[in-house]
Amino acid sequence: MSLYSFTRRGLLAAGTALALAVGGGSGAMAQTPPGVLIVGQIAEPKALDPAAVTAVNDFRILMNVYDGLVRYKDGTLEVEPALATGWEISEDGAEYTFTLREGVTFHDGSAFDAEAVKFNFDRMLDESHPYHDTGPFPLAFFFSAVEEVEVVDPLTVKFTLNEPYAPFLSNLAYPTGLIVSPAAVAEHGAEFGRNPSGTGPFSFVEWRSNEAVVVEANPDYWDGAPELEAVVFRPITDANTRTAEMLAGGIDLMVEVPPVALSEFQADPYTIHEQAGPHVWFLILNAKEGPFSDVRVRQAANYAIDKEAIVNDVLEGTAEVAAGPTPPAFAWAYNEELEPYPHDPEKARELLAEAGAEGAEITFYVTEGGSGMLDPIAMGTAMQADLEEVGFDVTIETYEWNTFLGNVNPGLEGKADMAQMAWMTNDPDTLPFLALRTAAWPDQGGFNSGYYSNPEVDALLEQARVATDQEERARLYKEMQAIVQEDAPWVFVANWKQNAVTSDRVENFSLQPSFFLLLDDVVKN
Amino acid sequence: MGGYILKRLVSAVPVLLGITVIVFLIMALIPGDPATAILGSYATPENVAKLNADLGLDRPLWQQYFVWLGNMLTGDFGTSFALNRPVLDEVLERFNATLVLAGTAFVLCAVLGVAAGVASASNQYGAADKLITFVVLLGISIPSFFLGMMMILVFAVNLRLFPVSGMWPIYGDRDLSALISHLTLPALALAVVATGVIARLARSAMLEVLRQDFIRTARAKGVPERGVIWRHALKAAMVSIIPVLGIQAGFVLSGAVYIEIVFQWPGVGRMLVDAILRRDILLVQGGVVFVAACYVLFNIAVDVAQGLLDPRIKT
Repeated sequence: MSLYSFTRRGLLAAGTALALAVGGGSGAMAQTPPGVLIVGQIAEPKALDPAAVTAVNDFRILMNVYDGLVRYKDGTLEVEPALATGWEISEDGAEYTFTLREGVTFHDGSAFDAEAVKFNFDRMLDESHPYHDTGPFPLAFFFSAVEEVEVVDPLTVKFTLNEPYAPFLSNLAYPTGLIVSPAAVAEHGAEFGRNPSGTGPFSFVEWRSNEAVVVEANPDYWDGAPELEAVVFRPITDANTRTAEMLAGGIDLMVEVPPVALSEFQADPYTIHEQAGPHVWFLILNAKEGPFSDVRVRQAANYAIDKEAIVNDVLEGTAEVAAGPTPPAFAWAYNEELEPYPHDPEKARELLAEAGAEGAEITFYVTEGGSGMLDPIAMGTAMQADLEEVGFDVTIETYEWNTFLGNVNPGLEGKADMAQMAWMTNDPDTLPFLALRTAAWPDQGGFNSGYYSNPEVDALLEQARVATDQEERARLYKEMQAIVQEDAPWVFVANWKQNAVTSDRVENFSLQPSFFLLLDDVVKN
Repeated sequence: MGGYILKRLVSAVPVLLGITVIVFLIMALIPGDPATAILGSYATPENVAKLNADLGLDRPLWQQYFVWLGNMLTGDFGTSFALNRPVLDEVLERFNATLVLAGTAFVLCAVLGVAAGVASASNQYGAADKLITFVVLLGISIPSFFLGMMMILVFAVNLRLFPVSGMWPIYGDRDLSALISHLTLPALALAVVATGVIARLARSAMLEVLRQDFIRTARAKGVPERGVIWRHALKAAMVSIIPVLGIQAGFVLSGAVYIEIVFQWPGVGRMLVDAILRRDILLVQGGVVFVAACYVLFNIAVDVAQGLLDPRIKT
């Protein structure tokens, strides 16, 4: 009976351990407190210095700690005043004069004025600036058109551009244009990214590495103090774990819900939020060589791929079918008249026959996943099946994201006929300017990896970039979209709808088309 | 003895240097660079070149290596591109978390594994033996990351007995009970496979010993069965169990990578996976060199300890 006594003792020990753990557990798992919003983020931020970061994940925190001179109007991608109360653009479109908001202070107590604005842009752009070494500033080229920032008086600042540059205002609304406290940069130097200070609705409290970033309400916020007491941003990289945390009540708001997990949140007490954004998912076609150098074959690919099925079945409705190169979220610049290429295998076969390209062999670059790429392997497989159905012979090559970019960005020539790609931008100018112009071929430093070239499109984009009148810009972009759709340098696939889930304790939350996370009006009970 | 230790330490120097060369070359030769990873959509050749220059990655490879090595010898492991903080701070903090997780899991699998093996062996072909064998086989067969997810689903989401992820509560005290409640699920999930292996081995080692003459003698002398098994047999069986424990300690440490990802444990394994995907070169290099140095030193310590116990080894 010796074994019995061992077991009994073991059981006792195990029971004690379990009781201890459960006892400890119940304390740790008390309901999250009211007024404190816990956000499940997808990764640890790199830094909380808006000039130094590039990831949407970091922007989600930054937009709540800082303000820019301008911002996107709620629910749109149109700019409205923020730290600047208004601005004037010179006749030739090369001078922007901003009037600044009076009485605004940074979280560290220092005053916001024209000197602070100048400091911010000089720090990023002027290599001899004393704090230029707090970089690198990877997105500083957003403002490469800025030649000089001039302090006219404490509440007036003038930007001189080296040429008219229409996207300037919306670049100012982007996180790279957020204004940081010069005093805090001077105090913390290279450590500023871990000791941020801005003018935003929330001020920084602490950053516990790999655990949480905590911010608290700024009671003196110029646009009204936020409802929440504090926000905790938790990095949870694994999507399944993030879903489990949401289900267990460990977080109140979860961003980027994987499509397969959406069904978990269909019923009470959860609310699913969806918002289409400035995102487009497409296939780059190699227009320089091989079968896709014929426009009919490129159109055939557009007809062959069943985008509805991809959006509904592979992506579970988390995206919409794209019609052209510009996402509908850019409402003012979007050509409403465009209809997506319908799924028409018959038409695709006809076009292939006409071009004499039946059985064309296609090398297709697919990535394992990456920023904005959604579910690329499943999508790639579905596309392969659709293309083979109409008579293409498709071979998939799969690469890890950074390797993939290293292969695709220098151009597809000699390597592949087709590659997946996705972009999220803040201005309708960015993507076509960087990826559709002849002057944007990879050997000239652009992203036109499929070597599309149409002088008409080039001219329209050059004109739109220097036009300062929004209606004129809109007209040019719409015309460009119609031509590009017809030329089919890409297969236009999907526009992603960003999603998020909140628990029933969270009110007044909505997602923005900019994909930023704005929390100043959110309430948590 | 001092001379022996010194000799072993000196012999570790080329090993460590070799590790630095290999790690450096691997990170330099894999496709993709940190500038491309940081810039994402905006990685034009021009932007990439500028950022690489800002990061000091435009110098010749051999120069980069010696700058890195020289800095490391003075204790400066550099700054992580992706986390913007000193590599050494990050690695030490993360290694600490991994040690807590893997250490707990190792104690769990050693104690439970040996106990299950002994219980099985002392009741060969009995009900307890069959039950334990079945459970152990199940444990060995389930991949730990899957088991981890299932444990989260059952114990954290449905029963809400434990938190889902992390090492510490987001608010509230950072005391021992908070740590235990966060540690329980990941440590168990990590321990299961090793427990199974150890249990199987302990069972056969015990069976071997129980057949020997001195056990029969002990029983004939009237030693109670409990004493025979735990004092006489287990002591003899430990000789063949201990080396397996050593090997399993290594498996537990490397298996921690999966568990750290599933449970969002802030350990060094998850850190390395994230760092590799982000092409965070200095963090990968620093992390691997640090962990490798720990292994080398640990091995020297084991050899020295064995040398102390058994003078024949010291040659």
